[in-house]
Amino acid sequence: MYETTYHRASSIDDAVAQFAKGTDSKFLSGGQTLLPVMKQRLAAPSDVIDVAKIKDMIGIDVSGDTVTIKAATTHYDVAQSEAVQKAIPALAHLASMIGDPAVRHRGTIGGSLANNDPAADYPAAVLALGAVVKTNKRSIPAEDFFKGLFTTALEDGEMITAVSFPVPAKAGYAKMRHPASRFALTGVFVAKTKAGDVRVAATGASQSGVMRVAPIEQALKANWAASALDSVTIPASGLLADIHGSADYRANLVKVMGQRAVTAAG
Amino acid sequence: MIGVYTNTTPVDAYRGAGRPEASYLIERMMETAARQLKVDPAELRKKNFITAFPYQTPVIMAYDIGDFHASIDAAMKAIDYAGFPARKAKAKASGKLRGIGVSCYIEACGIAPSKAVGSLGAGVGLWESAEIRVNPVGTIEVLTGSHSHGQGHETTFCQIIAERLGVPISQVSIVHGDTDKVQFGMGTYGSRSLAVGGTAIVKAMEKVEAKAKKIAAHALEASESDIVIENGEFKVTGTDKSIALPMVALAAYTAHNLPDGMEPGLKETAFYDPTNFTFPAGAYICELEVDPGTGKTSFVNFVAADDFGRLINPMIVEGQVHGGLAQGIGQALLEGAVYDDTGQLVTASFMDYTMPRADDLPSFQLSHTTTLCPGNPLGVKGCGEAGAIGASAAVINAITDAIGNNKLEMPATPDRVWHAIHG
Repeated sequence: MYETTYHRASSIDDAVAQFAKGTDSKFLSGGQTLLPVMKQRLAAPSDVIDVAKIKDMIGIDVSGDTVTIKAATTHYDVAQSEAVQKAIPALAHLASMIGDPAVRHRGTIGGSLANNDPAADYPAAVLALGAVVKTNKRSIPAEDFFKGLFTTALEDGEMITAVSFPVPAKAGYAKMRHPASRFALTGVFVAKTKAGDVRVAATGASQSGVMRVAPIEQALKANWAASALDSVTIPASGLLADIHGSADYRANLVKVMGQRAVTAAG
Repeated sequence: MIGVYTNTTPVDAYRGAGRPEASYLIERMMETAARQLKVDPAELRKKNFITAFPYQTPVIMAYDIGDFHASIDAAMKAIDYAGFPARKAKAKASGKLRGIGVSCYIEACGIAPSKAVGSLGAGVGLWESAEIRVNPVGTIEVLTGSHSHGQGHETTFCQIIAERLGVPISQVSIVHGDTDKVQFGMGTYGSRSLAVGGTAIVKAMEKVEAKAKKIAAHALEASESDIVIENGEFKVTGTDKSIALPMVALAAYTAHNLPDGMEPGLKETAFYDPTNFTFPAGAYICELEVDPGTGKTSFVNFVAADDFGRLINPMIVEGQVHGGLAQGIGQALLEGAVYDDTGQLVTASFMDYTMPRADDLPSFQLSHTTTLCPGNPLGVKGCGEAGAIGASAAVINAITDAIGNNKLEMPATPDRVWHAIHG
């Protein structure tokens, strides 16, 4: 790791102000990605602004049909939250499957979304549920937030403060775990909104990061059942291929995980 | 000859070192033959077992002893082999492909007669050394060339001494790995520590005991041939006369009253060069299910019936088998060093290289059958590598049985298995 200057921010405003002072600042939340890449010298920020202890950044609020999770809330807290388990059980289930216990106790929803790893779990839920990403500057709909591999709509110095999820009528998440990293080799989140719309997002599959899956959405709109996907074919073009999964294998996983997510959703 | 530089990682011997590969090839061929002949795979193996010993193989190895039928019978019983078809049918009803795979291994370890390895081109002899120091207070130090880096020698070697003398194990200590103290030895590998290093300890102990008996006989005014060692005492057989080990040791060092011509002290050294390899053998049977949607393998059961000869410490032996099986299963399902077209290692971290973890492995069912090794006084065979040697073929035989396609490369990742099912 190269030398860096660590700051623990006391508030959102303090974090933003500290960030602006550095020549090449980075926000640090759970540090489950940033710290390893700093150790490997793949990242060398001049200043690291720790936002994980800011009180206004931690907590879960359910009001009406909206679940709001503040950005520095850990995966463990989301998974264990009775409010989340009741309102959107698929979201609590997803959080319970991220990484391993050590990762879940440190990693945060805001950190995961800001990093936008193409195999991270949360982006699938955010996109499928049509969540809104809230920052210190604005609210960004999920459709506009994810911009490709490790790329988001966040501007320099802009910080995620919370994510608001509309409570769906039904939702489910199924994930084929990467055998080594335990990221999603492919994970599919299916959601049926209270208005009757169907939204499906897959992570770990596309070369462009998290993606909507139109063929599955269409089939499920016609018939919300796992068997409705039997005749669906997912094209392999544009999908990731590596030693753990070829593109055609991942295409199959999108369909199979989609079916299992629907079964889980009920 | 062409010499080339490479930026790929150096390779070296790994648990089993050659025997996993040989065993895998043989046991995959046996399985393939059984399928083509439409003979039960376990029965085909039984028909081909060697039953008369010693058995000189076409290469250098002469199998000294074994009972391969006993091993496979124990494994088949443990896994309820006869009940498998019913279990397979039940799994099919819930959408899973269930398979069973047998692997019978025999391996050569406890390396090795120096003359034999010399004839094969080795640059060293593969004897082992041991030194036993009985201190003046009767505590015993064992200096061994078989270093322990997790194999539990500190326990097993002490047990050998404690059982021979009938003293508490706490009176015995092992010194290893310190070249300031320990004389030249050949080390720990090739499942040799107990069969070769342990025997060197026995040989040194025999010398210690012979001298101690002379001292005891002299002190007790008895005939040396009447002295027996029991419960830490040297007794005159048939009488109530005895002298405890610490008093014998003290007498050796005070040297006030030793037999004529005897050197003071009670310390002996032995170098032991084995007369043969040891040949542990066993039968492994793996039962598993494959998810046809993802190609993912889930273990149902894994039974291992090994013959390691006499077990000095069964718990340590089980630990060795567990570790070996984990490595064999890792090779079968998970592990592999992969380079891309530019020579970049793409499995350079545990984010990409799949090291077996507890939830990748079944709860093993181990058992033992026993034929005592005639080649060493302990009757022991090596146990450190067997799991890694026998496991991978059992796993791949089971997966190929489950999916009905015999063509499958290791590691059998979900991707590969899924393609083997669906083309």
